[in-house]
Amino acid sequence: MSASNAQPSPALHVNGLALARGGRRLVSGIDLLLAPGNVVFLRGPNGAGKTSLLLALAGVLRPESGTIRMVGGDDGEPAERRVHLLLPQSGMKARLTVRENLDFWRALNGPTGLASEAALERVGLGGLGAIEAGHLSTGQLKRLGLARLLVSHRAIWLLDEPQSALDAEGEALVGALIGAHVAAGGAAVVTTHHDIAITPPAAVLTLTLGATR
Amino acid sequence: MSLDSTAKKPNWFSRLAHPGEFLRWSGPWILPLSLLTALLFAIGLWLAFFVSPGETENVGTTLRIIYMHVPNAWLSQFVYGVMAVAALGTLVWRHPLADVANKAAAPLGAAFTALALFTGALWGRPTWGTFWEWDGRMTSTLVLLLIYLGIIALWRAFDDQLRAGRIAAIVTLVGAVNIPIVKFSVDWWQTLHQGSSVLVTGGPRMAPTILWSLAVMMLAFTLLFLVLHIVSIRTEILRRRATSLARQAAMGADA
Amino acid sequence: MSGFSALVARDIRLAFRAGGEAFTLVVFFVMIAVVAPFAIGPDKVLLARLAPGLVWIAALLSMLLGLDRLFRADAEDGSLLLLRHAGLPLEAVVAAKLIAHWLVTALPLIVATPLLAVLLSMDPAMWGATVLSLACGTPALVAFGAIGAAVTVGLPRGGVLAAVLIAPLSIPVVIFGVGAIAGQQAGSALLLLLALSLVTCAVSPFAAALALRTGEE
Repeated sequence: MSASNAQPSPALHVNGLALARGGRRLVSGIDLLLAPGNVVFLRGPNGAGKTSLLLALAGVLRPESGTIRMVGGDDGEPAERRVHLLLPQSGMKARLTVRENLDFWRALNGPTGLASEAALERVGLGGLGAIEAGHLSTGQLKRLGLARLLVSHRAIWLLDEPQSALDAEGEALVGALIGAHVAAGGAAVVTTHHDIAITPPAAVLTLTLGATR
Repeated sequence: MSLDSTAKKPNWFSRLAHPGEFLRWSGPWILPLSLLTALLFAIGLWLAFFVSPGETENVGTTLRIIYMHVPNAWLSQFVYGVMAVAALGTLVWRHPLADVANKAAAPLGAAFTALALFTGALWGRPTWGTFWEWDGRMTSTLVLLLIYLGIIALWRAFDDQLRAGRIAAIVTLVGAVNIPIVKFSVDWWQTLHQGSSVLVTGGPRMAPTILWSLAVMMLAFTLLFLVLHIVSIRTEILRRRATSLARQAAMGADA
Repeated sequence: MSGFSALVARDIRLAFRAGGEAFTLVVFFVMIAVVAPFAIGPDKVLLARLAPGLVWIAALLSMLLGLDRLFRADAEDGSLLLLRHAGLPLEAVVAAKLIAHWLVTALPLIVATPLLAVLLSMDPAMWGATVLSLACGTPALVAFGAIGAAVTVGLPRGGVLAAVLIAPLSIPVVIFGVGAIAGQQAGSALLLLLALSLVTCAVSPFAAALALRTGEE
């Protein structure tokens, strides 16, 4: 993964962020500094705004007030291309094979990470390349989504419940992938219902969003 | 590159056009404006029926209908212009009142366009012998009506009216850019098919009395739109408030 | 393979695997030419005279039917959000999807045109001009369709609304398209049609990308 070390990694500065959805204020007063090597867990009950905050960090949701700034890193690239977004919906096409799906994302996002076959091996889907994604189980689709993160290198990972639908082994995989990513200088924001063990251990911050009515 | 959105200090325009502020200062204006509109209509109609000639050579015996038709035709385009400006307000300046103004204007624009078509048909009937001819101007007006109706349907299709506002703004602007293209192509189509009789609203050669009467009626109709628009905006603001109150009540009951 | 061509290839591949939807549109296209004589009467002279218009109406209706495919599938399975973070700007993503969509929906229609021409007793001298007119005009229909699809992507049953929004805008395309098939002004009509297609294809990715972005906020 020498390519990732060649470029400095950016940091996310969040100040006084407030989010609203459908006219309803979700969160307010969020301050956050996501530096290279950090992992942030977003905790909180359902409906607290964890996913909305993640989408705001990804530049999809416009905040009601406050700022999100990406500082440092390669300033040529727009912010959208420096984050990886992983949502519960895998974004994989059912009628394309596993390999076709992964190759597509690798070509579209840039072949700056692992080779497709190596990525599939890493997430435990090695040898399933020729199977249509529609035949995969939910857990396997989750792993395929993780493989997508591996084939193109991006500094900041925004993961929405990455361990859902995965067994204990899958959860360990998620922890290992995040750990390797931040050890190489990346950063991650993860929404989750319980803590994930990051291996190797990394600097973890926990941000708990409360649902106030 | 930054993904930032900072809260701006409101300037005088923003303060004036903030929905709450708008409700406050627009209220007292409605009655005077309505009276002025009624007055102008009274003058205009008197001019139309008692001062203006009943026919001229190039227009025929149904001349008086132009005092209804021309203002409505003018409004059908003017209202779209207002909507286009409001659309820019939504997209470029994120003005809080802009999408309300756009939504409020659409049904009014559709109504005026429909009236323009109706009065145009009445006007043309003695000349054409039928209620409809695929005349260039009438056809373009018909297409404009369809565009209005599409925008109204768009507003109604969204649950989230804030999202609807931004989408409707894009559609309004796309329509605005295309309307000249449609006009041009319809005129071209007309010449291709040796177009049927053309509605003549007359030009500078019209008698001064006709022009004056027309001017008064145009002003009256424009004021009518203004009054209706203000009332419609106020209604929409109140409607949104009612909706958000209802939503809060539901959430409160849930806690 | 560059990201752009990967996206075009993916959309084409999906269209052929997803139950042959593209084929259904061609059947619809031909069906209009089959239904028309029942409505108009089998008078060959009359049909031949109406043929250019009928072909274009069939093309327009087929394209309107198909435009919902552009973004809905991606919106529903979450890929649209991911495409916004692709290595390409969203405008380029839309442009790639436009190209794929034209190849998958318009091109089969153009190939099927001679079939319609036969059914409608079209004068053989006009066949070439008809194919050319469709080739030059369908890009504009795809471009308008993309804007309509992008605007309604979040709505259930958005396809009908998109068609209603796009139909008035498509009138110039139909006017010039039919005009380019026969008549004295055919040459200038074809040029106007081409110009319209070029301009709309250039502008549409930007308008559609804007609609996709604002629709999500």
